[in-house]
Amino acid sequence: MGPDRAPPLLVVGYEHVAVTDRARRGGPMAAISTFFYRHPWAKLAALLLPAVLWLIVLYLGSIGGLLIYSFWSLAEFTGLIDRTLTLSTYQSLLEPANSDIVLRTLAMAAAVTIACSILAFPLAYYMARYATRRGRFVLYLAVLMPLWSSYLVRALAWRQILAREGVLYWALGKVGLDGVIDTLITAPVVGGASLIASKISLFIVFTYLWLPFMILPVEAALERVPGSFLEASSDLGARPWLTFRRIVLPLAKPGLIAGSIFTFSLTLGDFILPTMFGSSEFYLGQQVFTQIGVVGNTPLAAAFTFVAMAIMIVYLSIARRAGAFESL
Amino acid sequence: MSDAAVATRGTATGESGVAVRLDGVVKRFGDVVAVDGVDIEVREGEFFSMLGPSGSGKTTCLRMIAGFERPTAGRVILGGVDVGDMPPYERDVNTVFQDYALFPHMTVAENVGYGLMVRKAPKDERAARAEEALEMVRLTGFGTRKPAQLSGGQRQRVALARALVMRPRVLLLDEPLGALDLKLRQAMQVELKEIQQAVGLTFIYVTHDQEEALTMSDRLAVFNHGRVEQVGSPAEVYERPDTGFVAGFVGVSNVLEGDAAAAIVGSPRPVTIRPEKIHLALDVNSAVADGECTATGVVTKVVYLGAVTRYVVTLDEGGELVVMQQNLRTSSMEALQVQGRRVRLTWERQHSRKVEPGDGPGGAPAEGTMGSADPGEVGA
Repeated sequence: MGPDRAPPLLVVGYEHVAVTDRARRGGPMAAISTFFYRHPWAKLAALLLPAVLWLIVLYLGSIGGLLIYSFWSLAEFTGLIDRTLTLSTYQSLLEPANSDIVLRTLAMAAAVTIACSILAFPLAYYMARYATRRGRFVLYLAVLMPLWSSYLVRALAWRQILAREGVLYWALGKVGLDGVIDTLITAPVVGGASLIASKISLFIVFTYLWLPFMILPVEAALERVPGSFLEASSDLGARPWLTFRRIVLPLAKPGLIAGSIFTFSLTLGDFILPTMFGSSEFYLGQQVFTQIGVVGNTPLAAAFTFVAMAIMIVYLSIARRAGAFESL
Repeated sequence: MSDAAVATRGTATGESGVAVRLDGVVKRFGDVVAVDGVDIEVREGEFFSMLGPSGSGKTTCLRMIAGFERPTAGRVILGGVDVGDMPPYERDVNTVFQDYALFPHMTVAENVGYGLMVRKAPKDERAARAEEALEMVRLTGFGTRKPAQLSGGQRQRVALARALVMRPRVLLLDEPLGALDLKLRQAMQVELKEIQQAVGLTFIYVTHDQEEALTMSDRLAVFNHGRVEQVGSPAEVYERPDTGFVAGFVGVSNVLEGDAAAAIVGSPRPVTIRPEKIHLALDVNSAVADGECTATGVVTKVVYLGAVTRYVVTLDEGGELVVMQQNLRTSSMEALQVQGRRVRLTWERQHSRKVEPGDGPGGAPAEGTMGSADPGEVGA
């Protein structure tokens, strides 16, 4: 240490004097910050307490309340809630009318998730690997912009597109392909009286709505894969498809899983779209909404909610076992 | 050792003894010319370095040999075959990347065995060869770890093992020691050279570190502005630089030109003299032997470096010379007292080398002077 520097002890002593001086002058605010400086645990508690309280009391509390409800039942004649603990509500989930809803919703959520990942991947790959800074910004904006407008407006717009008098029929009619839709909607399970009344339209609109939630996490995951990984793989003899399977896909997995959590759970919980598209068949979210709001069978609604949560927990544990979070 | 002249046209199967040949290779990225007509011939089994400052085109040349870039013009010939249109996964070369590019989701053994897995080698053969390669880079027993659990030097060695295990015709190394600290880098230099000699593979090594290139290479090419300024053995390039750029980039060098050069060596053409070749005498009237060049001047700066002292001498004839003297008998105090004194400098004529003027686009094409039989000593 050069002779031009003051010995360290003196410096500390000087600063100490300055801090206490300022604390005396600064009044209560300074006293508070000094207190937090001396008791770091108090600072931590003050920062975390509001969020923890919110989470425990309001969020976990209401889930706990729901859990209790799901073990109660609705008395058949009075329509009142019988507050004795029973598994009868869960048992009623096994009735075909209810289990069909669960399976139908599951199938829809799975189809939407798969479609979203297939549509999202190339775009996310392009954004992460090839787009210029400016191009990426424009694409980000394009992906996010639909989220700025109301979900209901966008759903209604899709009704205009898919209606018999709508843009799609008109455009296909111009090229003489309107027959395609009519053939499509006669298909056994996914078909319906019209395009709007078929599961196809519900699937299309779900996929459209949740696509951004898949693109963004996949893009973020791909951005963390350096180009040299792809070069190294091809340098070691792997053709592009093998490089994709062995390198790109495994490293994009956390992003795909994160995106699929969004698309899957959003589809599971949605209760508006099934009233606007598709046939009169119920979906899970819609069933919860109806049981609480219309029928007043809160125990059944609660049981359905826990089915959705159980599905997500099972899904995540499978993903975990498959090693999806290892490269996080 | 003019490469073009020595090259014997091989049979249809290829030229014997030549691993890689770059033939008038040009690479443009938009308006930028990264590689501007490079001719290089790398022989089988040699440790060949491509040395140059960043942006001189050396890495782009390496990437064209690997197949990551396609040449705009010219030919890349690997073992006698023009590979210009061949993708990397069909070329018999492997690369050690500057950032190592180890796959983070695989273990060390899976990384090293990746190329064999791609080739569909049986599992037990894969494991055996991966273990063998890890042994070669002294990482036995590290196979089950993930790259994230290794130090920088260990990762570097895994990257090397992953390429070596493929037993390629040519191994390409892109500044593989750049991210390591000095001590580790020097240890790895020795190790790399030993491994290269043990396996007898052709190594093409890209670096901007002249010391690294000099210590490891059998031959090296000095790059500047997308061109090769000189190709030769380390001693040739160091002792007999063809251009002012090579003289300056490979080691420290003095350049004398114009009137000073005319007065001291008898020709105004630029010459270079290595600082350690110059003798500094404190007696201005000391004798000058036959065949020696001499100049007088004033010591304007003295830097004591421990083993040696560096003196900057402003010459009476104009210009400056840097002189390195071993501290055989001088102490630091004595060395520093030389500051401001008039001195006489002498050096043997053969150590002042005529070079092509300056660097830059108008600089010397490497072909003309490269490795000519007459080293072109001034007044020799």
